[in-house]
Amino acid sequence: MTPILEVHEISKSFGGVVANKEVSLAVPPGKIYGLIGPNGSGKTTLFNSIVGQHPVDAGSIRFAGREITRLRVPQIARLGLLRTFQQTRIYRGMTCVQNMLISIPPSQLGWRSVYRRSSPAEERKAKDLLQFVGLHAKRHLPGGDLSFGQQKLLEFAMALMSEPKMLLLDEPTAGINPTLINGLLQRLRQANQEFGITLLVIEHNMRVIMQLAEYIYCLAHGELLAQGKPEEVQKDQRVLDAYLGAT
Amino acid sequence: MDNLRLLFAAPPLSLQLLLDGILIGAIFALAAYGMALVWGVMGLINVAQGELVMLGGYAAYFLYRAGIHPLLGVPVAAVLLFCLGWALYRSVIFRVVDKDLFISILATYGLSILLQQLANGLFGANVRTAESGFGTLVLLGGAVTVAEIKLLSFGAALLTGAALLVFLRRSRMGQAIRATAQNARAARVMGIDTDRVYAWTFGINAAICGASGALVAMTWIVHPYLGLPYTVRSFMIVILAGLGNVVGVLVAALGLGVAENFAGFILGAEYQAAFIFGLLVVILVWRRFSLARQRRYLT
Amino acid sequence: MKLPSARELAIPAVILAFGLAAPVLAPAYRSQMAFLWVMVVFALTWDLLGGQMGYNSFGNILFFGVGMYACVVVQRDLHLVYYSALFLGMGVGAVLAVAVAALIGSGLLGLRGHYFAIGTLGIGIAAGELAGGWDFVGGGGGMVPPLFPGALGGRETFFYYLSFALAVITFPVLRWLYSGRFGLAINAIRDDEDKAEAMGLRTTQYKTTAWCVSAFFLGLMGGVVGNLVGFIDPREVAFAGSTFGVWMVLMAILGGKGTLWGPVLGAVIFHVTKELFWTYLLGWQRVALGLLIVVIVVFFPRGILGWARERWPERFGHGVDEAASEGGR
Repeated sequence: MTPILEVHEISKSFGGVVANKEVSLAVPPGKIYGLIGPNGSGKTTLFNSIVGQHPVDAGSIRFAGREITRLRVPQIARLGLLRTFQQTRIYRGMTCVQNMLISIPPSQLGWRSVYRRSSPAEERKAKDLLQFVGLHAKRHLPGGDLSFGQQKLLEFAMALMSEPKMLLLDEPTAGINPTLINGLLQRLRQANQEFGITLLVIEHNMRVIMQLAEYIYCLAHGELLAQGKPEEVQKDQRVLDAYLGAT
Repeated sequence: MDNLRLLFAAPPLSLQLLLDGILIGAIFALAAYGMALVWGVMGLINVAQGELVMLGGYAAYFLYRAGIHPLLGVPVAAVLLFCLGWALYRSVIFRVVDKDLFISILATYGLSILLQQLANGLFGANVRTAESGFGTLVLLGGAVTVAEIKLLSFGAALLTGAALLVFLRRSRMGQAIRATAQNARAARVMGIDTDRVYAWTFGINAAICGASGALVAMTWIVHPYLGLPYTVRSFMIVILAGLGNVVGVLVAALGLGVAENFAGFILGAEYQAAFIFGLLVVILVWRRFSLARQRRYLT
Repeated sequence: MKLPSARELAIPAVILAFGLAAPVLAPAYRSQMAFLWVMVVFALTWDLLGGQMGYNSFGNILFFGVGMYACVVVQRDLHLVYYSALFLGMGVGAVLAVAVAALIGSGLLGLRGHYFAIGTLGIGIAAGELAGGWDFVGGGGGMVPPLFPGALGGRETFFYYLSFALAVITFPVLRWLYSGRFGLAINAIRDDEDKAEAMGLRTTQYKTTAWCVSAFFLGLMGGVVGNLVGFIDPREVAFAGSTFGVWMVLMAILGGKGTLWGPVLGAVIFHVTKELFWTYLLGWQRVALGLLIVVIVVFFPRGILGWARERWPERFGHGVDEAASEGGR
C-alpha cells in the first residue's frame, strides 16, 4: 500500500541552527501514527515543513502521490492535508457555528458559490460536528469566549468539517484537563475509523500516544532516532536516553 | 530629464547634491532614531513624530526672534519638547500603549492633526526660518558650496545622537529603558516602573525631535505642515534599518537624504514629496515580495 | 429567500423617507446633507476592508480621487451632452478605480497590520502629490467640471439625490456580500489569516475582491463629489488623505467597526458633529476635530455598536444555548 504521506530526507535550518536533518518517514492511509521526541527535537518544525509553512532546505514530500515540497500552505490544505496548531488557532471573533461554516471543504468554495449563503446541509453538519465534540450548547458563543480546552475541541471539529484526507495534530492533549483526555482520544479514534482520516500525532504524553498510535517515529536533535511499534519504541534504550538527556 | 543630462555634464553638481543630502540625512537620522526608540520600547508607532519636529523648529524660531542664537535653540528646544512629550504621554499616550497597534497609530494620527492645526492657528501658515548668520564655504575652486550652518547641523545631529547613546548605555534610566525594550514584563518583575520608563522614552523621543526641528529651522524652513514627510521618512528609515540597529539607521538616513536630493533635482521640486511617499510604498512592497519568497511576513 | 419582517424594515424605511424628503424640508443644507450620504459610503466601504476584514487602510481615498479625476476628464474631453458625460464619466471612474485596486492589490494586500496601514497612507498621499504635478489633469491648479445645465439650485438637488442613491445602493450590496460565505471568509481573514490559509481559503482572492468592491463604490462617489463641489483640488478634494481618508476610518470606529449599521451610525454622528464645529467653532474647527479624533480613538475604540454588543450579547446573537439537548452533556 502506497503511503499517503511520504517524507524523504527533509532538512531545515534556521540561521545556524539545524532543526531537521535528513528526516524520513511514511504514513499509510487510514492509520494513526505518532511522532515523539524531547522538546526542541524538531517535531513542529517538521510539521511546518510538511504543510508548506516554510521552504525546506533539502528533501522531498509527497502527499497522496503528489509532489508537494514546493507548494504553499493554502495549496496543500486544498489537497486535503490539514494541521492543528500547538497554540490552538480558531477564529476568535466569530461564533462556533461560523467557525465551522467557513471550514467547509475548500473545493466547495468556488468563485461563485462563495457569495451564496451556507446551505442547510452545511449548517446541519456543523451542528452535528459541534455535538460530536460536545460544543453544541456553546455554538453561538464567539470562539474567543471559549476555554482553552474547548477551543482545542473547536479546532478539531473545524478540521473534521473540512473533510481532510489526513490531519497532522500538534499536541492535541496539551493543556487539557486530564479527566477530559479520554474523551478526546475516543473522538480521535472515531474520526479515524468513521471518517477515514489518517492521523499523524505529535504528543508529549507517553500514555496517550502509546494507546493511540499504531506506529511511532521518534526525533531527537532534529534527526530520526528510532521508529517502530509502540511496545518496541517504549523499550528502545536510545529513546529513553534521549528523553532523560543522556545523549 | 534635462536635469539628468546636466548631472552627467557637470560632475560637481552630483557632488553638491551628495554633500547636501548627507548633511540633511543626519537630521533625518535623529528623528528616525527617536521613532525606533518609541517603537522598540513601547511598541508604538508615533505618527505625530513629524509634528514634534515641527514644534521644535518653531521653538528655535521664536528663540531667534527673541534674540537668542538658534544654535542655543537646539538644547532649549530639546528641553521644551521633552516636557511636551512627557505631558502628551501622561495625558493621552499612556492610554493606548497596551492597546493594539492600529489604535495607537490612529491616536497619534489624531494628535498630529491636533498639533498641526494648533500650530497653524497660533503661528499662521507662513514659512519661517531661524537665521543663524553663518556664511558659506566654497570648495573645489567654486564648484561646490556648503552652507556652514549645514555642516554645523550635521555635527550637532551626530553629537545629539551620540549623547543619546551614552545616556542609554550609562545612566540608570537608560538601562531601565533598554531592559523594558527587551522584556517589559520581566522588567516590571525586577521592580522597574515601566510606566515611568515609557514617559521618559516618549519624552526623550520628543526631545530628539525638538533638537532636529531646531536644526531644520536653521538650515531650511519651518511651517505647520512640515510634519508628515518627516514622519514618513522616519518610518522608512526604521523599516529599512530594523529596530535596534543604530548604524543602520544612520546609513539609511544618509542614503535617504541623498536619494531625496537627487530626486528633487531630477524630477523637480514639486515632485519631491511624491518621491518620498512613493518610495515608502516601493520599499514596503519590495520587502513584502522578498519576504514572501521565504514565506515570511513583515511583523 | 427570507423576506425581512416589518420591524426589520422600519428603520430603513424611515431613513429612506427622510432621505427623499430632506432637500424639500431643508433646502439651505442640501450640500451638507449630500455630504452626509458621501460620508455613509466612505464609512461603509472602509468598514468592508477594515472592520470586516481587518485590513485597516488609510489609502481608500486613492480610489475616490481616481474616480473623481477620471470622471471630470471624461466630462472635459469627450464633448458629450452633460448627463451622458457625467454618467459615462462616473462609470469610467469606477472601472478605473477597480483596475487600480486589482493592480496594487497584490503588492499592498500582502502587507500585514501596521505596514499595510502606513503603506496605504503613503500611496494615498503620493497620488495626491503626483496629481498635483501632472499637467494633463490640471496640476496644482486642479480641474473644474463642466457647468450644470439647469435652473439655479438645481445642481445641489440633483447631486444630493445622486449621492443619496449611491448610499442606498451600497448598503444592500454590502449586506448581501456579508450574508454569504464571503462574509465569513473575510471575517476569518480578520481573526486569523494564517489559520484561514492553513484551512485552504483563497485569501488573496477574497482580499482583492473586497478591495475592488470598495474601490468601485468609492470611484463612483468620486465623480459625484467632484461635480458637487465644483472644483477638484488634488490634495484637498480628490486625494484628501488627511481629511476624508482619515475620517473614513474614524466614522467606522465611532459607530462600531465590523457591523453593518455601525459605520452608518458613525458617519451620521461624525458628520453632524463636524458641521456643528464648522458653524460654531470657526477658526478652531480643525483643532476641535483633531481633539475629537483623539477622544474617539482613545475612549471609544470599540464604538457604539461594539459597546452595545458587549453589553447585550444576546441581542447580537451571542449566547449559550442552555436548552440544547445533547444526551446528557
